Amino acid sequence: MAEEKRLMKGNEAIGEAAIRAGCRAYFGYPITPQNELTAYMARHMLDLKRTFIQAESEVSAINMVFGAASTGARSMTSSSSPGISLKQEGISYACGADVPCVIVNVARSGPGLGGISPSQGDYFQSTRGGGHGDYYTFVLAPKSVQEAADLTYLAFDLADKWRVPVLILADGLIGQMMEGVVFPKERDPSSLPAKPWATGNQYKTHRPINHVTSLNLMPLELEAQNNRRFERYAEIAKSEVRYEEMNVDKAELILVAYGSSSRISLGAIQAAKALGIELGLFRPISLWPFPAKRMAELAAKGKRFLVVEMSKGQMVEDVRLAVNGKSPVDFYGRCGGVIPTEEEVLAEARRVLGK
Amino acid sequence: MTEKTFIAGFGGQGVISLGQLWVYSGMKEGLEVTFFPFYGAEKRGGIARASVIVSSSEIASPLVTQADSVIVMNEDSLAICEEAVRKGGVLIVNSNLVKSAPRRSDIRVVKVACNELAEAIGDAKFANMVMMGALSRVTGAVKLDSFEAVLRSFFPESKHKFIPMNIKAVEAGKKAV
Repeated sequence: MAEEKRLMKGNEAIGEAAIRAGCRAYFGYPITPQNELTAYMARHMLDLKRTFIQAESEVSAINMVFGAASTGARSMTSSSSPGISLKQEGISYACGADVPCVIVNVARSGPGLGGISPSQGDYFQSTRGGGHGDYYTFVLAPKSVQEAADLTYLAFDLADKWRVPVLILADGLIGQMMEGVVFPKERDPSSLPAKPWATGNQYKTHRPINHVTSLNLMPLELEAQNNRRFERYAEIAKSEVRYEEMNVDKAELILVAYGSSSRISLGAIQAAKALGIELGLFRPISLWPFPAKRMAELAAKGKRFLVVEMSKGQMVEDVRLAVNGKSPVDFYGRCGGVIPTEEEVLAEARRVLGK
Repeated sequence: MTEKTFIAGFGGQGVISLGQLWVYSGMKEGLEVTFFPFYGAEKRGGIARASVIVSSSEIASPLVTQADSVIVMNEDSLAICEEAVRKGGVLIVNSNLVKSAPRRSDIRVVKVACNELAEAIGDAKFANMVMMGALSRVTGAVKLDSFEAVLRSFFPESKHKFIPMNIKAVEAGKKAV
């Protein structure tokens, strides 16, 4: 029988999807607007005889994730922007030690403590590594409660497959809103991939010691280790790009937006159609790897772009890199927790087109 | 069909519950739905607000800025509510608590004595359900025909004793407009 459609907050849907994906350990620390996620895990993980710990800080939570994931357990933490900043050291360590894990950022406005309203100001931090050293994290950006669930479920598989931390970049709008959601099936724990690199259980197997660490004091060895990781990144960039596009062939102008701002852009596109103006939508779902190749193809066809973000302009830099000067790229953004309206975006599109 | 509704009242009036039950009922009637509460540093007695959309197709922005219908549960919310309604849209006011007259003349105004009708049923707390009945009748977007079954799956068993009164409140709201 098909799963029943449930009405849930984005935050809760992420929690339920993580549980179904086989998340064995969750470590969190409260912060608005993601508290319902931590609360959901508190309510359900212990009932399932899994691990839930409210850590004493964000730094502690990410290091607990590092520890649990090093033993091979599917592990997750979540927070919102300032809390994610605190986790960056631990994320860098997890990347350096090739430890798969899932980190959820239900972003709020910044910089600093900023405010608690939705924002997309964490794009740079998410897609450029965020912490110290040479690395990237996989970044997935949901646009709805359904997608928040689907991408969280997928994130655990991607993390294990590529041995990388995967970041879910949502925002307060996605986290707080309620929509219908149908969940994927609960994963059978025995179906999860084997992790021969993990620590623990040596008493059963008598295998040689596994070291899970980012530390290597031999420059040539560390370089080789980093190079191997970047070979995996190249594979990821080839095979794991995700995006959605709508009406790009007919469009006079393509709106480029992810997550919440793609929903607002969709409204502007619908309103434009009623006025006889053809707009398209290009929505990156994986922000890293960025769908640069497809954007370049569209630019080569002479398509022009209007990037819409809830920031002062961050993803627009990736769009400009992809387009590489072949077509004009405009930008419209609001920040500080202000959510742009469909009317504003439509007005900006009309201004760009001179219509 | 897409019905975008903006709801406001003071904290404790059941604005959030009204919004959630509206979209939950819509979902059970096969519609796409979204509910977005304006979360913030709210305090008791402050204004509670929610954007709710029900549609027969994919929903774009969850944020309602040009509402087809707006619900005003108390006097303090009237100003922000009047701004939220689109030209030709409908403003449904709880006439027991909203005493001022709306200033706009390009919208339709429907008055419902929510508190009075709710008290006649047994408790002013049902004012939000009276309002939901009115919203259903005025917009036709969510029919609330099988409301009892919806309430049974929405509320935990311990709250089921309140279901008959909720149903009465919705019916009273439907009849009031």
